[in-house]
Amino acid sequence: MDLSYTAAQRAFRAEVRAWLAANVPQRPLAHFDASAEGFEAHRTWERTLASGGWGMVTWPEQYGGRGLDLIQWLIFEEEYYRAGAPGRVNQNGIFLLGPTLMEYGTPEQKARFLSAMASGDEIWAQAWSEPQAGSDLASVRATATRDGGEYLLNGHKIWSSRAAYADWAFGLFRAPGSERHKGMSLIFFPLDAPGVTVNPIRKMDGHAGFAEIFLENVRVPEFNRLGEEGQGWQVCMATAGFERGLMLRSPARYQAAAARLVELYRRHQSTLDETVGAAVLRSWMDADAYALSIYSTANRLMNGGTIGAESSTNKIFWSELDIALHQAALAILGSRAELLSEAPDAGDVGEWVGDYIFSLAGPVYAGSNEIQRNIIAERLLGLPR
Amino acid sequence: MNFTFSEEQLMSAQAARAVLDDTCTSTQLRSLLTRDEPRDASRWQALAESGLCSVLAPESAGGMELGTVDFVLIAEACGYTALPEPLVEHAGVAVPLLAAAVPQLPLLGELVSGASTLAIAHPVNPFVADADGATALLLPHVGEVHLLQTAHARLTRQASIDPFRRLFRVEWSPSDATRIADAASGVALWDDALDRGALFSAAQCLGIAQRCVDLASAYAKERKQFGKPIGSYQAVKHALATVQVKIEFAKPVVYAAAAQFEQRDVQSRARISHAKIVAAEAADLAARTAVQVHGAMGCSWEVDVHFFLKRALALNFAWGDPLFHRRRVAARVHGAALGPDQTFGDQQTHA
Repeated sequence: MDLSYTAAQRAFRAEVRAWLAANVPQRPLAHFDASAEGFEAHRTWERTLASGGWGMVTWPEQYGGRGLDLIQWLIFEEEYYRAGAPGRVNQNGIFLLGPTLMEYGTPEQKARFLSAMASGDEIWAQAWSEPQAGSDLASVRATATRDGGEYLLNGHKIWSSRAAYADWAFGLFRAPGSERHKGMSLIFFPLDAPGVTVNPIRKMDGHAGFAEIFLENVRVPEFNRLGEEGQGWQVCMATAGFERGLMLRSPARYQAAAARLVELYRRHQSTLDETVGAAVLRSWMDADAYALSIYSTANRLMNGGTIGAESSTNKIFWSELDIALHQAALAILGSRAELLSEAPDAGDVGEWVGDYIFSLAGPVYAGSNEIQRNIIAERLLGLPR
Repeated sequence: MNFTFSEEQLMSAQAARAVLDDTCTSTQLRSLLTRDEPRDASRWQALAESGLCSVLAPESAGGMELGTVDFVLIAEACGYTALPEPLVEHAGVAVPLLAAAVPQLPLLGELVSGASTLAIAHPVNPFVADADGATALLLPHVGEVHLLQTAHARLTRQASIDPFRRLFRVEWSPSDATRIADAASGVALWDDALDRGALFSAAQCLGIAQRCVDLASAYAKERKQFGKPIGSYQAVKHALATVQVKIEFAKPVVYAAAAQFEQRDVQSRARISHAKIVAAEAADLAARTAVQVHGAMGCSWEVDVHFFLKRALALNFAWGDPLFHRRRVAARVHGAALGPDQTFGDQQTHA
C-alpha cells in the first residue's frame, strides 16, 4: 500500500491544471438544462475539451481519449472540479453509455459513436423509465419490432435526462409478446428521427432537466442495437453499474463542495452554534471517505477486479452526503438560505439552495436508494428475496 | 498510488482470523467468564505461537518489524471475534512504544514471544486495560515514559459493562529507575501510542460492526414470522443495508489511516481520528441494529450480540472519545489546504 502519487502522476496533474487554467471559461455558463443556449454553450465547452484531448481521458486514443488509467482519471476529475469547470452535458454518453459500448459494442459501433461522444458532437440522453416502469424496470412496454435489417420502435419513455436538447437517446425495448427480463434489447435512436416526439418536463428547479419521449413507428437500423438481441437487460445492468459505481459522481465534486462549505462556515463562524461546525466537519469527512473508497475501487479495478454491489453502497453514500452537505450550508446561511443568488440582498448565498433542491433527486435517480438497499441486502448479505 | 493490501498481508490476516475463529467460539468466550481469569492460557498460547505478538516489534527483538498496514487487518479480526485477550494493546501499541524507547531491552524478547505481556497507560485513558495480567506497565509521568513491574503498582479493578474488559486504576511512584524516556522524547512516543491505540480501536470496530451484521443476517434468514424469514422483509433488509453502507465507508478511511501513520502530521492524525469516529459509529449502529433484528433474543444474555455491543461502546470512548477526535479533524480542516487535490496531501509536499 502506497498512498503517494508517482512523479508521472504529479506531472500529469500539473499538465491538467495548466490546461484548465488557460481554458476554463471565466464566467459560469448558463445551466445546460435551463435553455437551448445554455445547452449549446456546454456543447461548445465539450468541443474545447475535446480539442485539448480531454474529452474522456480513459478512452483509447482512436476514440478521442488518452488511454489513461483510473487513477489518472481521478486526478483529472480532481483538477476539473478544483478549476470550477462546467458540468458535463454529455455525462449520459461519456460516463454511462460509453463504458458499456466499450464492453459490448462492435468495432464498427465504437468507431461510429465513441468519437462523436467524446468530441461533444453528439450529446446523449438516457431513456430507461416508462410511466409504468420505474424501479421495476423489467416491466418496460416499449417495443422493438423486427422489420428485415431494421427495428420499428414504439412506446412512451419518461424522466429522460437531457432529452429536451440532446441529439441521441438509448433505451430498452422489448420484442412484442416477450415478458419481464427476457426479450429486451438496448437500442439507440436519434431524437430528431421521424416519429419521435419530445415533451420537456420541468424539474423542481423549474428547468427542463428531463423529458418524456413518444415513439411512433420510429425506424432504426439493426446497427443501433448494443449487444445481442434479447440481451438488453444484462447490458442495461452493466450501464447502471457504471452509473452508480464509479463514474457518474466523482468524489471531486463533493470534495470541492465541502471546501466551499468550509469557506462559507469560516465567514459566518462567529454567529454560529457549535452544532453547525460539527455538521460541516461531517460533510468534509464524508466527502473524504467517498474519495478514499473510489481510489480503493479504482486500484482494485486496475488489478483486474470487477465492480459489484459497491455500486449500490456508493450510490446511497454520495446521494445522502450531497443532501447533508447542502443542509449544512443552509444552516450556515440561516434566514437568508431561501434567497436565490439574483436577489438584491443575496450576499454570499451563492447557489446553495438551488443545489440543495437538486440534491434531493439524488436518492431517486440512477436507481432509487430503496432498490439499492434491496440489492445490498440480497446480494451482499444474502437475505432472501 | 496503490491503495490495496498485498497478497501476503491478506494471507496473514486470513491466518490470524482462522486462529481467532478457532479459539473465540461462543462457548470458549463464555467459559472464560465463569473463571474470571485475566486470560485463557491456551488461546493466548495459540495466538502467540502464530507470531501475532511480534508483528510490529523490531527484528533485533525477534519481531517481524512490519508496519501498521500489516497489523490493521489483524486488529479487525480481533474485533470480529471479540477477542478478550489484550493482543491489540500489547502487540499493537505497548510493544512498539517500548521498542522505540529502549530498542535493546531484554524484556522485549519475552513480550514479542508472548511469554509475558505489557499493559499501557495513556493520558487520554483514565484506566489501564489488562494491567493485572501484564508483567510490566508503561506509564506516563509529565511527558516521560516509565516502565514498571506490575508487582510494584497498586491496582484497583474497575468493573466495566464489557465483561471481558479488565480495567484498573494504577497507583505507582515514578523514580529515576523507572524512567525509560525523558519528556523531550516521550511526547512523540505518547503521540504515537495514541495514534496506534485509536487506529487499532477503529480497526476492531470495523470487525465488530461486520460481525454484528453477519450475526443479524444469519438470524434473519432463519427466524420466521408471518410464515416467512424476517430477512425477506424490507424493514429488516434496509436496516442492515444501511449498516453495511456505514461499514463500507469507514473501511477505506481506516486503511488509509494505517498507510499514512508514518506521516505524523495534521493530515495523517486527522485521518486516524476520522477513522476512529466513523468506525465506532458503524460498530454502534451495527450492534444496535443487530439487537433489534434479534428481537427479544437480542436483549438476552444468551445471544452473543451484547458482547459486541459492549465492546463497541468501550472502544468508542477509549483512546480518545468522539469529541477529542473531532477536534483533531477540525484542526486539519481549518488548518491545512482543502479541496479535491488534497485527499493525500501532507505537510511536506502538495499533492
